[in-house]
Amino acid sequence: MKLLLKGGRVIDPSQNIDTITDILIQDGKISMMKKDIPLPESDSGNDLKIFDLKDKIIAPGLIDMHTHLREPGFEYKETIRTGSEAAVAGGFTSIACMANTDPVNDNRSVTEFIHKQARLAAMANVYPIAALSKGQDGKILTEFGDLKNAGAVAFSDDGNPVADSGLMRHALEYAYSFDMPVISHCEDTGLSSGGLMHEGFISTQLGLQGIPGIAEDIMVIRDINLAGFTRTRVHIAHVSTAGSVQAVREARSAGINVTAETAPHYFTLTDEALKGFSTNFKMYPPLRGADDVEAIKEGLRDGTIDTIASDHAPHSSVEKDVEFEYAANGITGLETSLPLSLKLVHDGILTINQLIEKMSINPSNILKIPKGSLKTGSDADITVIDMNKIWTVDTDKFRSKGRNCPFNGWELKGKAVMTIVGGDVRYADSEL
Amino acid sequence: MKKKKVVMDAEEIERSLTRIAYEILERNKGTDNLIIIGIRKGGIFLAERLREKISAIEGTDILSGMLDITLYRDDVLTTGKRPEIEKTYIPFPLDHKKVILVDDVLFTGRTIRAAMDALMDFGRPELIQLAVLIDRGHRELPIRADFIGETLPSSLWENVNVNLTDNRNTDEVVIEES
Amino acid sequence: MNLSRKDMLGIIDLSREEIDFILDTAESFKEISTRKIKKVPTLRGKTVITLFFEASTRTRTSFEIAAKRLSADTINISASSSSVVKGETLIDTARNLESMNPDIIIIRHSAAGAAHILAGLLEQSIINAGDGAHEHPTQALLDMLTIREKKGTMEGLKIAIVGDIAHSRVARSNIYGLTKMGADVAICGPAMMIPRDIDQMGVSVYYNMEDAIKDADVVMMLRMQLERQKRDLFPSLREYANHFSLNRDNIKLAKNDVIVMHPGPINRGVEITPEIADGPYSVILEQVTNGVAVRMALLYLLSGGKK
Ligand SMILES: [Zn+2]
Repeated sequence: MKLLLKGGRVIDPSQNIDTITDILIQDGKISMMKKDIPLPESDSGNDLKIFDLKDKIIAPGLIDMHTHLREPGFEYKETIRTGSEAAVAGGFTSIACMANTDPVNDNRSVTEFIHKQARLAAMANVYPIAALSKGQDGKILTEFGDLKNAGAVAFSDDGNPVADSGLMRHALEYAYSFDMPVISHCEDTGLSSGGLMHEGFISTQLGLQGIPGIAEDIMVIRDINLAGFTRTRVHIAHVSTAGSVQAVREARSAGINVTAETAPHYFTLTDEALKGFSTNFKMYPPLRGADDVEAIKEGLRDGTIDTIASDHAPHSSVEKDVEFEYAANGITGLETSLPLSLKLVHDGILTINQLIEKMSINPSNILKIPKGSLKTGSDADITVIDMNKIWTVDTDKFRSKGRNCPFNGWELKGKAVMTIVGGDVRYADSEL
Repeated sequence: MKKKKVVMDAEEIERSLTRIAYEILERNKGTDNLIIIGIRKGGIFLAERLREKISAIEGTDILSGMLDITLYRDDVLTTGKRPEIEKTYIPFPLDHKKVILVDDVLFTGRTIRAAMDALMDFGRPELIQLAVLIDRGHRELPIRADFIGETLPSSLWENVNVNLTDNRNTDEVVIEES
Repeated sequence: MNLSRKDMLGIIDLSREEIDFILDTAESFKEISTRKIKKVPTLRGKTVITLFFEASTRTRTSFEIAAKRLSADTINISASSSSVVKGETLIDTARNLESMNPDIIIIRHSAAGAAHILAGLLEQSIINAGDGAHEHPTQALLDMLTIREKKGTMEGLKIAIVGDIAHSRVARSNIYGLTKMGADVAICGPAMMIPRDIDQMGVSVYYNMEDAIKDADVVMMLRMQLERQKRDLFPSLREYANHFSLNRDNIKLAKNDVIVMHPGPINRGVEITPEIADGPYSVILEQVTNGVAVRMALLYLLSGGKK
């Protein structure tokens, strides 16, 4: 089986390529990238699929390093199959999934189970992130070595902030010795507990208890200090505040090894969206103020924020069709992440090359996985993007089981029109 | 163009009210236990004029009140908007009183039905009599007036408007096409 | 003037004209409660449901009396007697109520936005009888009616609201209402009970009782509810009473004709001393009377209103 992608604009930041060229895929690998690859003789035609990708962008398969696939334990919200179907529909060829399942991914058997389910689903590559502490309860480290051998790519107690600085220190040091990243969900629960939304004028108006931006900033600064002190590295999950962006920026220039991600909602929405009490705007960290949104955009623009991850957090109506106070945090993201991020390009905040870099090679480098590049011989994971396709978000058409999407009904510009994983077309718009 | 016809001028209204005042006194043999209650909004001015006249004739003050019958209307919830409610002022019990209920125009009778229901919530009057300036016909309920200024045959597509103000010289009753 | 809305969820949505109109209507309704027969037939055949997820005898009773004086049938559902405790969601409850074809649903709930959920879901008119720390519009309307009656207007009055502003829906609704009506609103309480950026609501903020009530025309004391605070915000009621209660001494700082208000129930000796609560400045009982009138007015104005 061969695929020939003709006439697209190939953007591969890992090789500094931005040119119109053809790509030939053979045996699941990129076998050739060359202008005007000649069509083969007719005898082999039945084995070759040709796609005319004129006016489309061909990017290395996009990577979403922060998702929640809910399996095992919460299959009614999402499964590894539906989650990875949503991933390829959203243009992602690889996703990493967080450990807050039931049981928690804090041991080899859960990590292996996730790999197995992902293989069976045969949609996107799924990289398990193992828990940092047993049961994610912040007390005893998990078996980093064994989990690495079982196929975990990072450690995180995402969802439960690591309150104990000593434990965090040990996690950073021990993970570093395996060349594995620690992903930190930064939240000072003393400041955030009971909080339901960003603390500010809107929370005061709505009478909802606030979560101050500094609940995040303080922990970002702690983790940066820990990484600096231990000479290790840390990755900050879902940055939502101006303070965090500034802290990461300063740490980076001081030579501390810190990377950071944000999610599309943090540069798309503000806490104003909470005014109707819709639970689809409830997430952690909460939607912040307009100043924070501007700072996030600036952090993306100047490179302080390395990657955009969806923090895909599907929930069922059981968790969301309830009073705001009782609703679960989180929104679906896999099928809207790229289009919302493309708006940064349309608005001139990022170039398309920068955006693709942030969504391919950068997360690949953070997780140290062999993805995110179109180098000859590498896995043929490819995302084809139509920058200008106008479409309307319709949660009823989502592959994800989660309907908890605040963007339902939004008209967006641009999307993935084809997703190829290991040389196999796993998603294609009908027009292709 | 709306056609407008003046059917009573200020002088005629004044004369009618004087006659009604005498009729009320004659029928009730004086002012004992007599109370005048005007129905908002049109009956308020008329009730006040009648009270003045009767008091002047008899040389004695009589009580008067104001009644907003909106909450007793049979169409109060079926009209598109909720009609505005104004104050009812009947700060005395109506038990054993002779109540003269006053309105400007007697038409379908539904307003009077509502008004009588309302009055019953203020006590048990000895009797209720109805005084109107205009009786334009078209009754939908078995109700009639005891004292009538003028009986005025009208068609259903006409409006009969009694325009009374503090400036009594401009008082008039007009018929307009609706 | 007309109130063209299906629901009454919060004062934030109302215009100054609408507030005046509701208060005018309420004033007309007040007279009904003084009659020998305190009942008009207006809402005959209408069903009003009070759905209370938080206990509150006085608010529920006020609504119930209001509905009954308008001849509506009232059904009271409280969290303890409903199936809510058995895992039924608010939305399930709402759907169940809807199938019984009520006309107006009055909801009190500990979660902000609960009334909005019902309003978005149901065709019936929804009246918010208090949602979390968000809004309590009928309380603010009855407070405004009381102030307007006593002072003639709200324009230009200095009105101090004292207590746990952060957790108070009464404070929020009153701030929205009173600022719209042109009053000069001062809020006061311990620093941890003053929510962030509240000055953006157009109020001045004081942390000291004496400054807040100086020259006030109206002093509105809030009920101190340590139980509603999720964390122990304050050392003790004793400390609170020492610094934030209205008493014989500090009330002298207010204008001579000051009126003292309280949404009730009063914690005597905590936010207000008994001699002030029962004294000549107090209009607390008038507030209760006006509560019925305001609720009658709203039931009347919202009845028949559909989506
Ligand atoms: Zn997280």
